[in-house]
Amino acid sequence: MANDRTASGSEPLVALYRMMVLIRRTEEQLARAHQMGLVPGPCHTYVGEEAIATGVCANLRADDVVFSTHRGHGHALAKGVSPRAVAAELMGKATGCSQGRGGSMHLFAPEIGLMGTSGIVGPSILQGAGAGYSFKLLGSDQVSVAFFGDGAVSNGAFHEGLNMAAIWDLPVIFVCEDNMYATEVAFRDATRVQDVAQRVRASYDMAAVRVDGNDVLAVRQAAEEAVARARSGDGPSLIDCKTYRTRPHAEGMRDGGYRTAEEMAAWKQRDPIAAHAAWLIEAGHASAADLEAIEAEATTTVNDAIEFARSSPFPDPATAADFIFSAGA
Amino acid sequence: MREITYTEAAREALAEQMAVDPSIFVVGEGIGERGGNFNTTLGLYEKYGPMRLRDTPIVERGFVGLCAGAAMTGSRPVVDFMFIDFILDSMGELLNQISKIQYMSSGRIKMPIVLRGCIGIGGAAATHHSGSYYPLFVHIPGFRVATPSNPYDAKGLLKTALTGDDPVLFLEHKLLLNRRGPVPEAEYALPFGQAAVIREGSDATVVALAVMAPKVLDVCDELAKDRLDIEVIDPRTLAPLDMATILESVGKTGRLLIADETFGPCGIGAEISAQVMEQGFDDLDAPIARLNGVHTPTPYSPSLESAIIPDNAAIEKAIRDLVAE
Ligand SMILES: Cc1ncc(C[n+]2csc(CCOP(=O)(O)OP(=O)(O)O)c2C)c(N)n1
Ligand SMILES: [Mg+2]
Repeated sequence: MANDRTASGSEPLVALYRMMVLIRRTEEQLARAHQMGLVPGPCHTYVGEEAIATGVCANLRADDVVFSTHRGHGHALAKGVSPRAVAAELMGKATGCSQGRGGSMHLFAPEIGLMGTSGIVGPSILQGAGAGYSFKLLGSDQVSVAFFGDGAVSNGAFHEGLNMAAIWDLPVIFVCEDNMYATEVAFRDATRVQDVAQRVRASYDMAAVRVDGNDVLAVRQAAEEAVARARSGDGPSLIDCKTYRTRPHAEGMRDGGYRTAEEMAAWKQRDPIAAHAAWLIEAGHASAADLEAIEAEATTTVNDAIEFARSSPFPDPATAADFIFSAGA
Repeated sequence: MREITYTEAAREALAEQMAVDPSIFVVGEGIGERGGNFNTTLGLYEKYGPMRLRDTPIVERGFVGLCAGAAMTGSRPVVDFMFIDFILDSMGELLNQISKIQYMSSGRIKMPIVLRGCIGIGGAAATHHSGSYYPLFVHIPGFRVATPSNPYDAKGLLKTALTGDDPVLFLEHKLLLNRRGPVPEAEYALPFGQAAVIREGSDATVVALAVMAPKVLDVCDELAKDRLDIEVIDPRTLAPLDMATILESVGKTGRLLIADETFGPCGIGAEISAQVMEQGFDDLDAPIARLNGVHTPTPYSPSLESAIIPDNAAIEKAIRDLVAE
């Protein structure tokens, strides 16, 4: 057995691996469920980008809040939503985290700070800024995180939201997941300045760094600094994470015509999970057997989640118009 | 009872609630030290400072989206649009986010947000400063829509807006802002979805919205001299809409006119008319009538502007025609 000091020092590093594997296995199983017709609506997976949600959320408390995107399963899981609740929501079941009212693009678990994934590109940035405004107004030390893709960077919400967060010193962490494409539109065709951090420093005088989004330790480090800055009242930050999605934009979509097989193969070589596994072993934080055990555990958890979702009931049709107003149940 | 203006009454509601609820903050352009283009926040900045009276850059979409996030996390934002026309820049945040998040979160997230601004035609404001737009919001599930027509209602409805947990459009017609009326000094609030019968009568029912309420009352005073006895109803909120009061009145009079300065097509009059047809057809002694502003962008020149709003003569004619049917 490793000595105690090594064990406690290693555990947070191994936990990053555990979360990334959990997200990967969940996404793979959800993609399969989608192919089997068990997911009636759209499904955008996070495969290849797991290091970002994992590295960021490792720095958050349960009462910190996250505003997410259409590609939000990873953010939900990293914030603590169970694979059962995510899988059940995608299958439209009453046991889903939005009780069947949302699906993949509207995952909600406000009791643990998941304030919604979103079917619209942009609003996560504004709502994230607004939660920061709340925390500042109410004198809380909670922080808010807004995730968004490169596709949101040219949207007006980005400019308006980052500008407001900067001028009012709001406790917000803006996390750009630049996977090089917004559906099939390349980021290089959508902007003259692909270095988002540079743009943000120049335009808003906001702390901003560019990191390898496939390096979970780099993301975690950048997020640790950004969260500390926000929590201590020193204002917002942007983390510009360069990454790549290795599955189609959404399950079942044609994936050709806008990117090459060579590009895809090169990025698969930079898989964030494999890279972290190699580092954990090399640095002596875990053995290959430890990591295999973690993978087996994730597989069991996710199989259980899929089974739970499949066997859960659909919501009662009589409740279809419940919850429109606060009083209405 | 003391008489104060519509704007003073609404401001009193805001000031009283800001004093007891530290989670309320106001955003808008010039609502800080300046006190608001329409004096909506006069004197409040000195008391509460910039965090609660937040002057913003001109980013309607941005600050509406920001206020959504704030409302979701324990604050109670009041968005002061000045002219409600500016709300159009934020429609996605309103119709796709603010109206839907309580539902999507199955009631676990609240959306206590007040969206206020002045509406209506008058003063040669021309077409970018004369809109009302309330039928759009009534059409969408998830909004409350209040259109107070006098100081008493303005204060009472804003109190309810500022203590409830739903998004509320609070729409103040610009020609009503300086009108005075009785407002009690004691605390009160008016529930949403409760129309006011502002004049009792038996010959016909007129539902009069916002600025049309005082205009219709003036006309009915004149008609009374001809022994025409008209009942006038001000719905006060359009969502929820108090159909029970309207149906009861139609049951008594058998005749209905809906008077609304905004557009006719797919408007509030169309909706009320359809519901009366569905639920009160047998009570009708004449076809339901509507009186609306002309379906056009608002022109600037006074001669054109006055040509598109229903004036007292048009109201009188509509009522006489209805009674003669
Ligand atoms: C306002 C808006 N316009 C268009 C869409 C359709 N849409 C869904 S995802 C997407 C691309 C988003 O790209 P990006 O933000 O880079 O995220 P990624 O899918 O790459 O993770 C588009 C255009 C949308 N959801 N919202
Ligand atoms: Mg992208």
